[in-house]
Amino acid sequence: MQFFGGSEISPSPPVPTASGNNAHMMYVFNRNGVCLLYKEWNRPLHTLNPQQDHKLMFGLLFSLKSLTAKMDPTNADKGNLGVPQLPGQGCSFHSFRTNTYKLSFMETPSGIKIILVTHPKTGDLRESLKYIYGLYVEYVVKNPIYSPGSPIKSELFNTAVDQYVRSIS
Amino acid sequence: MAAIYSLYIINKSGGLIFYKDCGTKGRMDTNDSLRVASLWHSMHAISQQLSPVNGCSGIELLQADTFDLHCFQSLPGTKFFVVCEPGTPHMESLLRYIYELYTDYVLKNPFYEIEMPIRCELFDLNLSQAVQSDRVALLGR
Repeated sequence: MQFFGGSEISPSPPVPTASGNNAHMMYVFNRNGVCLLYKEWNRPLHTLNPQQDHKLMFGLLFSLKSLTAKMDPTNADKGNLGVPQLPGQGCSFHSFRTNTYKLSFMETPSGIKIILVTHPKTGDLRESLKYIYGLYVEYVVKNPIYSPGSPIKSELFNTAVDQYVRSIS
Repeated sequence: MAAIYSLYIINKSGGLIFYKDCGTKGRMDTNDSLRVASLWHSMHAISQQLSPVNGCSGIELLQADTFDLHCFQSLPGTKFFVVCEPGTPHMESLLRYIYELYTDYVLKNPFYEIEMPIRCELFDLNLSQAVQSDRVALLGR
């Protein structure tokens, strides 16, 4: 899939369609399942403690990707169910919706997974997730002090993401 | 043109009781369809655990690159889900219609054992009629 444009450093953010804060929470995982970032804006219900919650979220995404790769109706040759898929291999999902929330998901070729949980009527957030990945590249990856695989502590990244997410519908 | 690739019905314990595949390339054998159905049952349950607010009843729509998956869960816990082309409209009303067919031709059949695989001719017949494209367009109320 065509990921980013040629020489742009970071793409301009999609136009926000409504004001107000509709996001519940956001997760960023790396390819090993380490939760690099967890942000919460509005979460009245906590079913599990944070570690279990992160593991469950990662596990759910892993299994859903495995499921979509297997169920893909346009691809005749599929691996067995449960075989770990490389990022970009096989059909992957980009969002799912329940009656109380909508989860938007994006996986980059390097295995970084960005998840945004919002209210159920949210539209397609793929462009927004790409923008958030752009912020990650600028503020985290290009930071010489940051060691890959460790949780993100960058203040600049946190405020930029916070500001951006609050501006999308 | 509505393109429905397949339909699955799962009982409340997660076992596959009905599977109809209309696709050409993505055909799965029986074992795989059983595994996929159980996997979906578990994913549906886990998604309820991760909800930020109370009252979540599980995944209703999953959007992937090459297909959409619509799921309907009835009150007793039977799940009906359909794999279709991305952006196919009126899938929710189709699922509700299939649920009606299920109650009429399967549940009311005195020889049908509940939670067992569905082997009712009339159900198959009416279902095939329902998934044809013109019928789906008519259901779009």
